[in-house]
Amino acid sequence: MMLSIEKGNLHQVKHVVLVLSGKGGVGKSTITTELALALIHAGKKVGILDVDLCGPSIPRMLRVGKPEVHQCDAGWVPVYADPQQQLAIMSIGFLLEDSDEAVIWRGPKKTALIGQFVSDVAWGELDVLLVDTPPGTSDEHLAVLENLRKHRVDGAVLVTTPQAVSTGDVRREITFCKKTAVKILGIVENMSGFVCPHCSECSNIFSKGGGEELAKLTGSVFLGSVPLDPLLAASLEEGQDFLQAFPDSSTYTAISQIANTLLSSLDA
Amino acid sequence: MTMYFIFIQVCSKSLQERQRQHMARGLPKQKPIAGVKEVIVVASGKGGVGKSTTAVNLALGLMANDQSKSVGLLDADVYGPSVPKLMNLKGNPELTDKNLMRPLVNFGIPCMSMGFLVEEVAPIVWRGLMVMSAIEKLVRQVDWGNLDYLVIDMPPGTGDVQLSITQNIPIAGAVIVSTPQDIALLDARRGAEMFRKVNVPVLGLVQNMSVFQCPKCNHQTHIFGLDGAKELAQTLGVEMLGDIPLHLNIRETSDKGQPVVVSSPDSPEAEAYRRVAAAVVRRLAEHLR
Repeated sequence: MMLSIEKGNLHQVKHVVLVLSGKGGVGKSTITTELALALIHAGKKVGILDVDLCGPSIPRMLRVGKPEVHQCDAGWVPVYADPQQQLAIMSIGFLLEDSDEAVIWRGPKKTALIGQFVSDVAWGELDVLLVDTPPGTSDEHLAVLENLRKHRVDGAVLVTTPQAVSTGDVRREITFCKKTAVKILGIVENMSGFVCPHCSECSNIFSKGGGEELAKLTGSVFLGSVPLDPLLAASLEEGQDFLQAFPDSSTYTAISQIANTLLSSLDA
Repeated sequence: MTMYFIFIQVCSKSLQERQRQHMARGLPKQKPIAGVKEVIVVASGKGGVGKSTTAVNLALGLMANDQSKSVGLLDADVYGPSVPKLMNLKGNPELTDKNLMRPLVNFGIPCMSMGFLVEEVAPIVWRGLMVMSAIEKLVRQVDWGNLDYLVIDMPPGTGDVQLSITQNIPIAGAVIVSTPQDIALLDARRGAEMFRKVNVPVLGLVQNMSVFQCPKCNHQTHIFGLDGAKELAQTLGVEMLGDIPLHLNIRETSDKGQPVVVSSPDSPEAEAYRRVAAAVVRRLAEHLR
């Protein structure tokens, strides 16, 4: 009897990928959202688990609003972003009464909720479950890893912006992954260069190449660079599917390449 | 036998009394930091909006506007300490005779950060309780000397660190930093609400990365949206302390550890930070009244 309970809600999830950074504001939620959309366009069933309890950004980026979270025999039913149920999401954003409410919790409470998010959400059949994390290396990250140990974590994608203040923090995160035996699937350099829409001059506002250098330095795979694109920022504000709306942009190419590389390394 | 029962009754009474005292303890009492006149926290809720950059340049701006003031900088971001990089400081702090840590100084600002106590690549994988104790040390076991202002650079989020600091130290005011995007403002609003809940006055909002001017054609792009923070300030009923543009110079000087207020004091970016510092001083004075 115990064995069948242990199989649990992650049993039919083929791959679990953490999206980590260490540094705040580099685009973890953005990259998680875009990767999820890219994988869906490639015909996969995807889930997003948003464990950023203090600043849940996923519901806003996918414009799922404030649906009610229902319970079923196996636990919580995730919220689906599309009628075909190809994208399942769970976030604390759905559980707050007031979306402006501040979640001012200490570690143990966060750990308890994340435990529930991992084991008590009826994900069903998924090709990939992406886990969007908050910055740092704290209770949330430890809770997610501990609870996912029973299942399997394929690895982590690390997101950074090119500048030194960011790569410094991401280096710590890489050490964290090595210490906790989480495979590093690759590094994504976000906000890498800005192309002026008027004159097409490229300005490296947040520097350039820092992510690639970090990958070389630590012996990790470099998945690719995503440019700083105001259209991407605006799409996320609106909850629009950027990849469908702007398939000709260089940002689209960058994200698609990263998603494809990620899929091949997962399926390998 | 009677003596025995009387003894038990007396013991249980004092036990009850002790229990009552324990329950009445409630929240920790706020204790000011020795030698520090006013504590200003720079927070957000959202990561990566420029809290550390703003905290560093605010501290330098406060000194630039009034050379007689002494300003200190505490980096409370235990997981991702950015102050060492931004202030070009490295090394383990020395201990004084009284076993207090001596802050590292650059540009006239004494600084303390977790970054001075650990290796550059070592992650701080700590749960909340350990973080609380570390913050206590970074606040109390430092020989700050006499400071007019202590600027505290907060980490993102609304969790253990924020609670520990606001519960343990009396704070003169909070500066909330945000970029114009909705996704950042959502978190900034939560940050502001948290300060209201713990009775810390919100001095105002700083809108960071407001606009980018192409160095070649001078075309202005609002990469992260337009004026979102100004609207939030109005909704929350707080003041706009300033508007900082997205300028390569700020990032370049930050990466080099030469904050823009001291390395390019005549630039518009440095001027923007000095204006924020002046607004902060004015708001602090207003609040005292």
